[in-house]
Amino acid sequence: MNFPILSSLILLPIVGALFLFFTKDKEGNNLTAKYVALFTTVVNFLISIYLWISFDQSTSSFQFVEDRTWIEGFINYKVGVDGISILFIILTTFITPLCIISVNNSVKNRLRDFLIAILIMESFMIGVFCALDLVVFYLFFEAGLIPMFLIIGIWGGSRRVYSAFKFFLYTLLGSVLMLVAIISIYWITGTTDVVQLYEIGIDVKYQNLLWLAFFSSFAVKTPMWPVHTWLPDAHVEAPTAGSVLLAAILLKMAGYGFIRFSLGLFPIASEVFTPLIYTLSVIAIIFTSLIALMQEDMKKLIAYSSVAHMGFVTLGIFTLQQQGIEGSIIQMISHGLVSAALFLTVGVVYDRMHSRLISTYGGLVSVIPKYSILFMLFALASLGLPGTSGFIGEFLILMGAFKDNFLVAVIASIGVILGAAYMLWLYKRVVFGKLINEDLKKILDLNRSEYFILSCLAAPILFFGFYPDPLINTIEVSVTDLINMHNSNIASK
Amino acid sequence: MENLNLILPEIFISLSIMFLLILGVYKNDSSKITFNLSLFAILITTIITFNETFSVTKETLFNESVVIDSMSSLMKIITLIGGFLVLVISSTYLKTFKIYNIEYPVLILSSILGMMVMISSNDLIVFYMGLELQSLALYVLATYNRDQLKSSEAGLKYFVLSALSSGLLLYGCSLVYGFSGSTNFDIISNQLNSEEYFLTFGIVFILVGLAFKISAVPFHMWAPDVYEGSPTTVTLFFAIVPKIAALTVFIRFLYVPFLNLIDQWQMIIIFLSIASMVFGAVAAIGQTNIKRLIAYSSIGHIGYTLAGLVTASNDGIQSSIIYISIYVVMNLALFSCLLMLRRKDQYYEDIEDLSGLSKNHPLLSLCLLVILFSLAGIPPLAGFFAKFYVFKAVLEQSMYFLAIVGLLSTVVAAFYYLRIIKIMYFDKEKDKYDTDHSLWLKFSLTVSTILILLYFIFPSQLIEVVSRINII
Repeated sequence: MNFPILSSLILLPIVGALFLFFTKDKEGNNLTAKYVALFTTVVNFLISIYLWISFDQSTSSFQFVEDRTWIEGFINYKVGVDGISILFIILTTFITPLCIISVNNSVKNRLRDFLIAILIMESFMIGVFCALDLVVFYLFFEAGLIPMFLIIGIWGGSRRVYSAFKFFLYTLLGSVLMLVAIISIYWITGTTDVVQLYEIGIDVKYQNLLWLAFFSSFAVKTPMWPVHTWLPDAHVEAPTAGSVLLAAILLKMAGYGFIRFSLGLFPIASEVFTPLIYTLSVIAIIFTSLIALMQEDMKKLIAYSSVAHMGFVTLGIFTLQQQGIEGSIIQMISHGLVSAALFLTVGVVYDRMHSRLISTYGGLVSVIPKYSILFMLFALASLGLPGTSGFIGEFLILMGAFKDNFLVAVIASIGVILGAAYMLWLYKRVVFGKLINEDLKKILDLNRSEYFILSCLAAPILFFGFYPDPLINTIEVSVTDLINMHNSNIASK
Repeated sequence: MENLNLILPEIFISLSIMFLLILGVYKNDSSKITFNLSLFAILITTIITFNETFSVTKETLFNESVVIDSMSSLMKIITLIGGFLVLVISSTYLKTFKIYNIEYPVLILSSILGMMVMISSNDLIVFYMGLELQSLALYVLATYNRDQLKSSEAGLKYFVLSALSSGLLLYGCSLVYGFSGSTNFDIISNQLNSEEYFLTFGIVFILVGLAFKISAVPFHMWAPDVYEGSPTTVTLFFAIVPKIAALTVFIRFLYVPFLNLIDQWQMIIIFLSIASMVFGAVAAIGQTNIKRLIAYSSIGHIGYTLAGLVTASNDGIQSSIIYISIYVVMNLALFSCLLMLRRKDQYYEDIEDLSGLSKNHPLLSLCLLVILFSLAGIPPLAGFFAKFYVFKAVLEQSMYFLAIVGLLSTVVAAFYYLRIIKIMYFDKEKDKYDTDHSLWLKFSLTVSTILILLYFIFPSQLIEVVSRINII
């Protein structure tokens, strides 16, 4: 039991990256490099599955905890998982190998460096989800900026420099205030250990300011309206694999942070600021859905839909209801799968036509039927059709919201309709209609690896759509406990 | 009888200087041997310093005018190691410009001697003597490439402005002496109390003089020009070694003679710190020359170092010393990269010259990437921890404004570091640079980059060494 399984999850991708780094960079080596990266990430995925199997669902305390002295008398390197974080770790280890398979044609030069960046990114992302010390969390949270900056900047599209800078500076600006808050917490309570902080609690008079400092970081990362503008830029310019990582996992760091830190550490401030979150979430849902309707660019449309979906997530988290929070977590997992799939589907046609504009396409169904079917599945999952994982999340969130605030729930429900509108309209314009563009007639349907990736994503979307129990069982106890802790904190105020 | 062993390093280094001068005068073509001997001398001095003084907690000599304590010995060792590395990686550069002469190592040795005296000073006169010794050597070093207009200009500028600041400093010292009746730091400390208004003038003058030496805003004007004009190896020396000594003196002044006047100087240092952090970040954005950019970035870094000093706590002082140590390593690495930008006896120092470096020189640009992200303070690199410790100390005193301004200016500063990375990684490549660098240059780059990269694995060691320093 004492085997440091979480640390090995974090370290393994780095070992793979080092291995790649020390192999010679030749043209012929590209395939080998890809296999090495793939092997590493698949092994990591298997370890995380083992983690899930041996995870004890009946307790909410942290498991697989490792606690090592790191800076004497100050910070401990402490990692561990509970029901909430384990799902995100599995999401990370699941999406990364798919990303690596998908980098066929999109990344032409310096494939080896690209794989190294993705591997390092993976290890930082896993680190974020299992860190149980605020400083360790911050370290992983911020360190992820470096590989992502390079992924967007080196392998991105035409406006990549602008997007990479915007991404980096926006996120950094949000995060520095969190650093101030973390150090302040240390001086207020004498520890940065999350588990201890849950027990001690933080004095009410500091909570509001600290909450705002954390909020500034998470709001940028989520992203919430009005600081979401980096996301469409970053998504559009990043290579497909980068967009997938960004949408599927990076955005979830903030949602996870809201649950783990904002709710857990500052229960009273969370109560105080719920109206703020509701307002911003509802604006994000309605406003960005409307913007998404107007987009000409497919990637941009999906990026705005991500903002809207994350609006649902933040809404669900701050309902502070069992259903709301569970819904948010499932929505995050589902959105991780669906948005990854959507970006990959866009990537597929982009590789063939080198255009992301919706107007380039039309009538694809008669040329590439397999693609169209899978695209339909993902579009429907994105708009939350029953039977897909998207439905479970949105439904639970709205249920929680109706319990807490009727008006907000009603407005958010309008967002569901808008979501259906822009997704279906996108699908209609791209797949149906007349085949006008002559070039489209020559393109080929999904090749084997694309088919494999998209099926891999389609399977869990459908599976969890019909049978969400594995997810719910995993998170149930942890969420219940979180809410109990929250309520007892409020009561004792 | 005084225990002269404690100042054996200073004695040894002065004797070496004299010997090297004589050797240089009497032997033809002695540049190479002087270089090697001076390296050897620094090495031995380092060892002596370590052996004789490292375990000393606090001893004073010569009527308490010289103090040997854990801070002075640590700072001396950092100074000596810095000086050693500067000297060892300079030779190729100097040979290229045909200024590989005996004066160079001798001047570096004498300025190091001056700094060591400064670091150990516990008396206004001893302090001033050390300061002038190092300054005079630095003036000459700045003009060392005298056939180049820019180098002469840099030296002259540095001389005029520095002499002015020394004047201010001396005036401040005389005021302090006038009010306290002594030049000894400890006696001054006992005599001074915050009642006397004119004393504040004395402190302000001294602080202005010191702020000039570490190029804190608004006394930074000399730095960009001098950094740009001086030969690159001298710039490297300017950027790291005198800063260590000046910071030590700063700490000594603030926390020994002026400890009781904390209300008077705290606002001044906060102002200097904030101004340096903000100005350093903003002014660097428009630069096109790497050396000028480094000048502005070092102004910013000095701001962070000062932020640690404001706190009036041992934690704060220690965090400043950690900051300056990590800063030394980062700058050493950065300049090693700069010295590698060479194509057939021609050195390049514009940011544009880095364009597309990652395609031709992947390893060099990877090192530079690590260094720049570290300078920007992105975790998990060493630069982040440096800032982290400083802000931890600052927040302990609940100075939220200082911390928030400081951290926001790191975001601004990140912009110009990112710009260099963008040019290296996202832009079109240019011609290749030469790769036949001296072994020492490669060594210093590799070691310092590895230190920066892997610092996070063993962060406690540095803290442990520094935690022996308890001034207050």
